Amino acid sequence: MSDTALIYVRHQDKEQNYLQAGHTLMSWLASTDHKRIGILYALAITFFFFIGGLAIGLVRIELMSPNGDFLTDDAYNRLFTLHGIVMVWFFLVPSIPATLGNFLLPMMIGAKDVAFPRLNLLSWYIFIVGACFAIASIVAGGVDTGWTFYTPFSTMFSNGDVIAAAAGVFIAGFSSIATGVNFITTVHMLRAPGMTWFRLPLFVWAIYATSIVMVLATPVLAMSLLLIIVERWLGMPIFNPANGGDPILFQHLFWFYSHPAVYIMVLPAMGVVSEVFACFARRRVFGYAMMVYAMMAIAVIGFFVWGHHMFVAGQSQYANFVFSFLSFIVAVPSAIKVFNWTATLFRGQITFEAPMLYALGFLGLFTVGGLTGLFLASVPIDVHVTDTYFVVAHFHYIMVGGSVSAFFAGLHFWWPKITGRLYSEAWARFAAIVMFLGFNTTFMPQFIMGYGGMPRRYHVYPPEFQIWHVMSSVGAVVLFIAYTLPLIYLGWSLIYGRKAGSNPFAATGLEWQTASPPPKHNFTELPRVTAPPYHYHPERQAPEPHDRQPETAQGEVG
Amino acid sequence: MSEVSPTILHEPWPSFERQQMAVSFSMWVFIASEVLFFGGLFLAYTVYRHLDAEAFKIASRETDVFYGATNTAILLTSSLTMAMSVHASEHGLRRLTIRCLTATIMFGLAFLVIKGFEYHSDLDKGLWPGPDFPLHPATTQLFWAFYWIATGVHAIHLSVGIGIVTTITIRLARGTLLVKASTFEGAALYWHLVDTIWIILLPMLYLVGRT
Repeated sequence: MSDTALIYVRHQDKEQNYLQAGHTLMSWLASTDHKRIGILYALAITFFFFIGGLAIGLVRIELMSPNGDFLTDDAYNRLFTLHGIVMVWFFLVPSIPATLGNFLLPMMIGAKDVAFPRLNLLSWYIFIVGACFAIASIVAGGVDTGWTFYTPFSTMFSNGDVIAAAAGVFIAGFSSIATGVNFITTVHMLRAPGMTWFRLPLFVWAIYATSIVMVLATPVLAMSLLLIIVERWLGMPIFNPANGGDPILFQHLFWFYSHPAVYIMVLPAMGVVSEVFACFARRRVFGYAMMVYAMMAIAVIGFFVWGHHMFVAGQSQYANFVFSFLSFIVAVPSAIKVFNWTATLFRGQITFEAPMLYALGFLGLFTVGGLTGLFLASVPIDVHVTDTYFVVAHFHYIMVGGSVSAFFAGLHFWWPKITGRLYSEAWARFAAIVMFLGFNTTFMPQFIMGYGGMPRRYHVYPPEFQIWHVMSSVGAVVLFIAYTLPLIYLGWSLIYGRKAGSNPFAATGLEWQTASPPPKHNFTELPRVTAPPYHYHPERQAPEPHDRQPETAQGEVG
Repeated sequence: MSEVSPTILHEPWPSFERQQMAVSFSMWVFIASEVLFFGGLFLAYTVYRHLDAEAFKIASRETDVFYGATNTAILLTSSLTMAMSVHASEHGLRRLTIRCLTATIMFGLAFLVIKGFEYHSDLDKGLWPGPDFPLHPATTQLFWAFYWIATGVHAIHLSVGIGIVTTITIRLARGTLLVKASTFEGAALYWHLVDTIWIILLPMLYLVGRT
C-alpha cells in the first residue's frame, strides 16, 4: 500500500466541486464520476418508486370493499405484479447500494473513484435498458404472474407479457452483478493507506457483504428467468410436467436468488443505521467486530435458507426441518445486530435529528419484521399462514419499514454532503414521524387479518376482513403523504437551503473530512487513515450539540 | 515505476501494479458469478437426469460426438494461443501477441462454424423439442432442451469472447492499446472460463449416454 501515496497526483481543479464540473446533460449522462452516477441511479429509482407506489395505490383502493368493484380480476393481478416487480428489482435492490453506496463507498475508504468507473456508468445504462423492457411489458398490458413468475403458470398459461418482464429483470441483473464486482474490487484494492479491514466503516462492510450476495445470487436468478424465457419463447419444455419437467424446480432456483435478495435489500440498510446511530448517540458502535462478523454471517447463511419459502410446495418434510432450522440460525446474527445497536444507544447522548428518527424507526420496524420472520420459519405456523397477509406484512416490515426507513435515514444523513445544502429539520422530523405512523397503520392490520386467514393476492374477500383492509388503505394514504414530503422539502433545500459546511453533524468518517459537495476527485490529497471509525466521545462527555466536534476523525485529509 | 507509460494507467489507480491486480481480481469475482449462472443450469440438468436417467441416455446418444470432439480440440488449442498471447504481452512482444490473439480469434470462429454445421444436422434429424419429436419417451425432449440452451448460452459467451479479443487485437495493432496493458490478462481469464465451461458440457451432453 505504501506506493499508493507516492503516485497520487494533486489535481488542479481542486476548488471545483463535482456538481460544478459540468452543467450539460451529457456531462451527467457520460460521467464516470461515481458521485454523479449515484445521482443518476437516485433519479431512476425515485421514478420507479412512484410507479410501484401508484400500482399499489390502485390495489389498495380496490381492497376498500370486499366485492371487487373497482378493478377487473385481470387488472388487479397485473397491478400487484407490477408493484412487486418494480419495487423489488427497480427500486429496492438498487436503492441503497447503487445510490448511497456509489456515492459514499469510495469516499469512505479514501479513494478517488470506484475500481472501474466506466463499468460503473455501463451498469447504470444496463439498468436503464432493463427498466425499458419492464416498462414495455407494462405498456403492452402487463404481467399477471406475481413477482415470483411461478411455473407452470408463467410458462404455459399466463396471458401477460412475461417474456418482456422477465427479460427486463434478467438485464437489470447484469447491472447488479457489474456493480457488485466493481464494489468488491474497490474495497479490496483501493483502500487509502491506513484503512485496514477492521477500520472500515460498517456501511462499507455492509455494501461489501451485499456485493458478494449480488455477485453470487443474481446469476442464478438470471438462469431461472432465462429458462422461463426459452420455454415460453422457443418451446423448450424445461418446467413442463408433460415432458418430465418439474415446476417445483423453478421455485428452488428462484428462491435460491430471491431469499439472498432479501439480504441484498436489508444489509445496506443495516450499514446506514450503524453510521447514523453512532453519530447521533455520540458513541462508538458497540461490538464493531461482532457487527462485521454478523453481516458476513447473514450474507453466507442467507444462501442456505431458501427452502422456507416452499414449506407447502411439496418439498420433503426432512428438507423442511433443515430449512426451518437454518432459518432460525440466520436470525441469530440479525439479533446480534439489533442488540448491538441498542447497546450503542445505551448511555449515548442522543439527539433526535431527522436521520436519527428514521433510523430509530428502522430499529423498531425491523425488529417486528424479524421476529415475525421467526414465526414463519417454524413449519407449523408457516403452514397456517402461508400465502396470507401475515407474510405480506412480515416482508413489508423488513423491506419498507426496515430498508426504506434506512434509505431515508441515509438520504437525510448524507444529503448535506451530497448537495452541500441543509434541509428543513422541522419538516424532515415531521415526515419521519408521519412515515412511522403511516407505515404501522398500513401494515399492522395486515398481520391481524393475515393471521385470521385473509389470503394474499385476492381482491374479493369475506366481509369480516373489510375493517382491516380499510385501515390499511387509510394508512397507505398517510404513507403516500409521508413519501411525498421529502420530495418537496429536499427539493426546496436544493435552492433555498443553507450551506451545510463540510461536516454539519460532526461525524468521524472520511467522507465528512472533505468539502460539501465533494471535489471532483473526492479529496484534494490522498487521505491518511489514522484511527478506527466512530471515535466520537468518551462516555457521557459529548459537548453540547451546537459545538460538538468528534474527538478524532478517522483520518487526515489534505 | 516512473517508466510506466501513462496510457496504461487509468483513473483511479495509484499504480499500474495495483491496477493489474485489480483487473485479474475482478475477473475472478466475475467468474464466480458465471459459475453460479451455469451452476443453475447444471443443477436443473442433474435433477432431471436423476429423475429419468434412461431417457437422458437415449437422447444423449443422438448427439454427434465427432463434432463435439473436434470442437473440443479446437477450443483447447485456442486457450493455448490465448495463454501464449498473455505471456508474449508480459514480455512486451507486440507482434507475437497480435499473432497469438489472431489465432485465438480464428479458432473461436472455427468453433462457431463447426457448431453451426452441427446445429444444422441436429435440426435435420428433427431434434428440436416439439410435437413431432423423433425420440421417446417424452423426457428425451428435456435433454435436448438442455442441449440447445447449454450450447446456445455457451456460443453466446464465446461470441462475446471473440468480440473482446477482436477489439483488443485491433486496438493493439493500431497502437491505441499498449502491449503491456492490463487488459490482456482479464480477456484471457474470460476466454479460459468459456473454454472450461465447454469441458463440462462435452461429457454432460455427448459422453454420458455412451458409457
